[in-house]
Amino acid sequence: MSVQKPISSVNDFVVRFANVNGSGSASANELFARAILRHGVPVSPRNIFPSNIQGLPTWYEVRVTEGNHLGARGGTDMMVAMNPQTWDKDIASIEPGGYLFYDSTKPMPASKFRPDITVIGVPLTAITNSTYSDPRQRQLFKNIIYLGALCALLDMDIKLVEQLIGEQYKGKEKLLSSNVHALHLGRDWALQNLKCPIGLRIARADKVGDRIFVEGNNAAALGAVYGGATVCAWYPITPSSSLADAFTAHCKKLRHDPETGKAKYAIVQGEDELASIGIVIGAGWNGARAFTTTSGPGVSLMTEFIGLSYFAEIPAVIMNVQRAGPSTGMPTRTQQCDLISCAYASHGDTKHVLLFPEDPAEAFEFAAQAFDLAERLQTTIFLMLDLDIGMNHRLCRPLKWDDSRQFDRGKVMTAEMLDQGREFGRYLDVDGDGIPYRTYPGTHPSKGSYFTRGTSRDRYARYSEEGSVYADNMQRLLRKFETARDMVPRPLQANAAKPTRYGVIYFGSTSPAMDEAIGLLEQRGHLLDRLRIRAFPFHSSVASFIADHDFVYVVEQNRDAQLRSLLVNENGIDPVRLIPILHYDGTPVTARFIAGAIGDHQDQLKVTPLRKVKT
Amino acid sequence: MTYIAKPKFHHPGLPKNELGYTRRDYEGKISTLCAGCGHDSITAAIIEACFELSIAPHRVAKISGIGCSSKTPDYFLDNSHGFNSVHGRMPSVLTGANLANRDLIYLGVSGDGDSASIGFGQFAHSIRRGVNMTYIVENNGVYGLTKGQFSATADRGSKSKRGVVNADSAIDLVAMALQLGAGFVARSFSGDKTQLVPLIEAAIRHKGAAFIDVISPCVAFNNHAGSTRSFDYVREHNDAVNRLDVITGRDPITVDYAPGTVQIVEQHDGSRLALRKIDADYDANDRVAAMTFLQKQAARGEIVTGLLYVDPESEDLHSHLNTVEAPLNRLDEKALCPGSAVLEKINAGLR
Repeated sequence: MSVQKPISSVNDFVVRFANVNGSGSASANELFARAILRHGVPVSPRNIFPSNIQGLPTWYEVRVTEGNHLGARGGTDMMVAMNPQTWDKDIASIEPGGYLFYDSTKPMPASKFRPDITVIGVPLTAITNSTYSDPRQRQLFKNIIYLGALCALLDMDIKLVEQLIGEQYKGKEKLLSSNVHALHLGRDWALQNLKCPIGLRIARADKVGDRIFVEGNNAAALGAVYGGATVCAWYPITPSSSLADAFTAHCKKLRHDPETGKAKYAIVQGEDELASIGIVIGAGWNGARAFTTTSGPGVSLMTEFIGLSYFAEIPAVIMNVQRAGPSTGMPTRTQQCDLISCAYASHGDTKHVLLFPEDPAEAFEFAAQAFDLAERLQTTIFLMLDLDIGMNHRLCRPLKWDDSRQFDRGKVMTAEMLDQGREFGRYLDVDGDGIPYRTYPGTHPSKGSYFTRGTSRDRYARYSEEGSVYADNMQRLLRKFETARDMVPRPLQANAAKPTRYGVIYFGSTSPAMDEAIGLLEQRGHLLDRLRIRAFPFHSSVASFIADHDFVYVVEQNRDAQLRSLLVNENGIDPVRLIPILHYDGTPVTARFIAGAIGDHQDQLKVTPLRKVKT
Repeated sequence: MTYIAKPKFHHPGLPKNELGYTRRDYEGKISTLCAGCGHDSITAAIIEACFELSIAPHRVAKISGIGCSSKTPDYFLDNSHGFNSVHGRMPSVLTGANLANRDLIYLGVSGDGDSASIGFGQFAHSIRRGVNMTYIVENNGVYGLTKGQFSATADRGSKSKRGVVNADSAIDLVAMALQLGAGFVARSFSGDKTQLVPLIEAAIRHKGAAFIDVISPCVAFNNHAGSTRSFDYVREHNDAVNRLDVITGRDPITVDYAPGTVQIVEQHDGSRLALRKIDADYDANDRVAAMTFLQKQAARGEIVTGLLYVDPESEDLHSHLNTVEAPLNRLDEKALCPGSAVLEKINAGLR
């Protein structure tokens, strides 16, 4: 018999569902996560799915976290094991003292279980088969039945789940009642046959507030709508396709002329990423706000055009939802691995602006801002999302829009300005900020036209291969990049309670894990100031933050410490002072990992002097 | 190079069009191409066509890829915005520009390397989408700037200047354009301006993807015996099916034609094309017949020219996308941004 005490926890545990993809489990699992939110208890769910349509294993992990730790935690307290293919691995991954929920219709040998966990069998197949005859119904309702059983086991308020189902199937009475029926089938069976509740429980709390529950891709797509994007050209690629799909759906609702029904947007699915970025650059050249959505392999294909955008100075927005590379890599796994390939995309000397949102709320804000920056700076702006932010529902602050806000269309010379005799040189730095004026095609019958090219040209856009003319232009582009430094979102600093010699730099989706890790590190006696970088080029405060600390940890989700490389390269920082903390197995970084890696390093630093040991 | 200033003055008696512009107002920088290059004749034909149609030069956007042909937009319509983009990628840049502002006239200029080799995909997909444009390929079967390599339109068995015989099958862009659904397909010869100018005019007036393949011999690398793109070879094998004599507005066509010798085609914008038939059986409204005819003539080594196909009812990408009449680049916050009240509702739906 096991002496392991079952885990007992209210509102702080991880449930993992092991399913087969294509079985309809995703909506039931999401319903589970939303139902917990309705209890006022924060959750952070993550989809772990294969690059496949039907038949391969898929997992859905729900971290229940009254303490608001929205990063991945690691480990599983309760496994809902619905996939025989992954059974052994799933059972092995349960924390000691954890729980296993499984379909007990078919007897399993004792060797398939573990003695140190609580096994909860529900004959799901038997219940569904005795209730439904249609095979598809059997499969779909089985998911709702296990949801019902979980409600009983975790002591959830069934009324809240019913309410959610009611909202989901509003106006579809038949579906609504059959789903509620299935929910009660599972719940009633569990209440009659099992000891409910178990050690893991959901209790009502008030920790969600007015926050919303949304995927980063969806929020970024809304940001594009609010930011005034009218042209979207894209090529399907995981994990970015849902961003273009969301933009399409939002435009259908929000961007049709109420009188004529006509579209105030144009969305084209390109034949490849080259065509997609070509369309974006053509539209940007012609004065429309345009963007593409892609992932690492798409960026690789687009690089020639990105160089054109940099050199010919054409606004473009690329939303890169990063996945694990190189090559096809792990298409359905997350990483922050395209910093170098985006920051310096294309041949020759190039540099590009990158924005690093931490969650869907920032994805919305930065997406909208990207269009202002692209037109102000007349260049490509990368919105650097990743699969973890993009394709998972994340609890975040509500999206906000100031109705007095106007689009910054940048320096555009109009027909009136030309008629007033304003001097127009397409690449003339009139304000000293490196940003020239442009004209839209078709502006004026005899003034302001120019020839756009990727070849070298002078300040008046005339072809030139003169070395001094070329260098003059390249210097101006550097000045423009300096201007960008103060325009992009600034880093956010949070200091430890007491002064410390150590700091940590992080960005993007690492954010919730980092915040949680700070607490864990404090428990071990390690104090760190932290700086969240939100954009490249780096603001001057980044260099001062590093200068203010003896050592700075740089936490990122790639193998080669790409952010650290950018910091060393762009700010001339001694690499010894930047300690890489790297997580790159394709799963989201966890607080446990960060605290472990930084804590171990800190422990090594604390060498006790020999004389103290003697005394 | 283009630093030689071209004198602006001209004879006061130079004819003016409806807008009061002379031909000189449609010119560009001085060409830097080789003396006698076929591409310069095409440039002249574009200037002539735009002058004749009384197009305001600044309402044209001229977009090209990379190569000798792609340099030419600098040599016409100096008051138009031009864009010498990326090798083989003119079609996507033009598509994006067209989406941003549907009110301009889009002239895409490309070459056979640009459109049949590196940019074959973009050529095909822009035609498929029916982008409203005039797409001109200045086709010489050879890479000029890199000194005489074959392009994908070079005929099998033709000989390069260095004596190499081409073993690969040729891509016929006209046949491709027909198959891909272009609403207007023509082929002409840079040495036949009287045929070319009306074709360009008709293409500009056409709504949707209008494609013109212009055989344009390269005097430096592909004008020798054994080449199938030399001036001599093209003149000998030019099989013109029709001559586009006039393009009129809504006025009656006043030229007298013998019955059965002319085909009148009315285009979307009301303009009418009078096609004088050379091959009496050729019907420029029959896509399938045009494709068959082209294949047969090509097998005999003949180069079919003329207006090969026109669909008077063709639509463009904007009609497929149902976009608003106003150019997208002119829409402001009020038209595009749904505002905070709508966002509050969206937030509520995400709780």
